[in-house]
Amino acid sequence: MATVIVVTSGKGGVGKTTTSASFATGLAQRGYRTVVIDFDVGLRNLDLIMGCERRVVYDFVNIINGEANLNQALIRDKRVENLHILPASQTRDKEALTKEGVERVLNDLRQSFEYIVCDSPAGIERGALMALYFADEALVVTNPEVSSVRDSDRILGILASRSRRAEQGDPPVKEHLVLARYAPERADRGDMLSVEDVLEILGIPLLGVIPESQTVLQSSNSGVPVILEDGSDAGVAYGDLVDRFLGKNLPHRFITPQKKGFLKRLFGGG
Amino acid sequence: MLLRSPGFAGENTAPFELKGSLFTLTVMHLFQLDRLAIERHLAEKVKKAPSFFNNTPVVIDLEGLTEPKNGMDGVDFNGLYELLRGHGMAPVGIRNGSPELQEVARRAGLPVLPESRSAGVARKPERAEPTPARNRLINHPVRSGQQIYASEGDLIVLGTVSAGAEVIADGNIHIYGALRGRALAGVKGDVETWIFCQSLEAELISIAGRYRISEQLDPADRGKAMQVHLVDDRLVIDHLTR
Repeated sequence: MATVIVVTSGKGGVGKTTTSASFATGLAQRGYRTVVIDFDVGLRNLDLIMGCERRVVYDFVNIINGEANLNQALIRDKRVENLHILPASQTRDKEALTKEGVERVLNDLRQSFEYIVCDSPAGIERGALMALYFADEALVVTNPEVSSVRDSDRILGILASRSRRAEQGDPPVKEHLVLARYAPERADRGDMLSVEDVLEILGIPLLGVIPESQTVLQSSNSGVPVILEDGSDAGVAYGDLVDRFLGKNLPHRFITPQKKGFLKRLFGGG
Repeated sequence: MLLRSPGFAGENTAPFELKGSLFTLTVMHLFQLDRLAIERHLAEKVKKAPSFFNNTPVVIDLEGLTEPKNGMDGVDFNGLYELLRGHGMAPVGIRNGSPELQEVARRAGLPVLPESRSAGVARKPERAEPTPARNRLINHPVRSGQQIYASEGDLIVLGTVSAGAEVIADGNIHIYGALRGRALAGVKGDVETWIFCQSLEAELISIAGRYRISEQLDPADRGKAMQVHLVDDRLVIDHLTR
C-alpha cells in the first residue's frame, strides 16, 4: 500500500522543495520505489532542484487532462534507482488541479510506487490544498522564525480539518516537523527561535533539524539534491531525517552550537 | 410630494440606492387555512401580548401547511392578509409551500421569499422543552486561522489555542493548554461566564463583550494558569488556584 506524503509549510522559501527532493531521494536510496510530484503548477521548480529540467516533456497537468499517460510524463532519476519525478506544468495555473484529476493520478501512481511525495506550493490556496488533500502523512517544513511558525500552525489546522482523512473521519494525517535553516549559535543568542520554542508552539513530533548551510544553495543551483552531497551537514541531516521517518531512533544532530577550537576561535573560522 | 433636487445633478445625487440588508422577522408557521381557527388563535395571542402585535412584520411559512383538499379555490390569501393586518401584523411575504400555493400568494400581492433553512420548524411545539446546555469538546489543538464556536454552551479545549486562532462560546471557555489566540466567552451577553486556561498568552480575552488585548494584560500574568471573569462589568484576571 503506497503512502502519500505532503511536504508543506504555508510560507514560501522555507525549504519545501529542497526537503521534497532530498526526502524522496533518500527514500529511493534506501530501496523504496518513490515518486516526487511538483504541485507548484505555474512555478515549476522541483525539476531544477532535481537536475532534470531538460528532460521534461509532459507534466502533471497533461496527465490530469488526459493529454499524456503517466509513463510519458514520469522522469526517471539518473543518479538514484527507484526514483521518479513528476514535474509541474509551467504554463498553466493551479486551477488545472482538480480533485478528481489529482486523485486519479495518485491512484495510478499507487500501483507502482511505495512512497508518493507531494511537493506543495506555498500558500493555502488551491495548489496547496490539492497537495495535502490526499496525504497520509505530512512533513511540515518551518524555519526558526515567528512568521514561518505561525504559517505552519495554520497549515497544521488545515491538515486537521480539510484533508480527505479529516473529511472522511479517518485517522488523522500523521504530522512531522522539519525545522530547516537552523543555526544553533543564533538560536543560543536569541536571534532566532530555538528548537524548543518551535516545538512548544507547534506541538508535533520533530522529524529532523536541517542546519543552515551554504551547500544547500550550491546544490540547488547545480541540480543535485543536498542529501547526495557527501559530507555536508545538511545532507547528513536529511539522511538522518529519512532514517527516522522509516522508524530508526536517531538522536538529533546540529541542534547545539559546535564548540570552536582555540585556533578557530582565534582566526574566526566557521 | 417629492422634493425636487437642485439642478446640479451630479454623480452623488442619485435619488436612492439599493443595498442588501438582513432583518429579524417573525415567521408565522401556518398549519391550516381555516380562517376561523386562525382568527381565534390570533385573538388569544394578541390578548396575551398586545404590545407584540404592533405593526409587527411577519413572514408566513407554508411548509407545514397541509394541501387544501378542494384545490386552490378555497385558498384566500387576501382574506388572510386582511385578518393579520386587523390584528396588528404586517405580512411582508410568504415562503415555502407548493408552487401552486406560491402562485396564489403572488396573485394576492404577497412576495415569495427565498427559502432559508431555518433551524427546526416549530411544527411540534409540545416538544419545545428547554434544551440542555450544548457543551463542545475539542480534543485537538486549535490552530492559527481556525475558529471554533460553542453555541448555547461551554467550550472545552484539550490542547493549545494557537496565536491567530479564535475560540468562542455562549458559555464558559476551558482551555487545558496555552491560550495564545483569542478567547471570547459569553458572546450572547452572559456576564456570568468565565475563561480558564493553563497558560495565559492570549491575543485577546473577552467576556460578554468586555475585552482586553494582549498589550493590556499584566506581564506578570503571562504564561500562568489563569481564570478570567467579570466583576462589576470589569474583567478580573486571577491565578487559577483554589
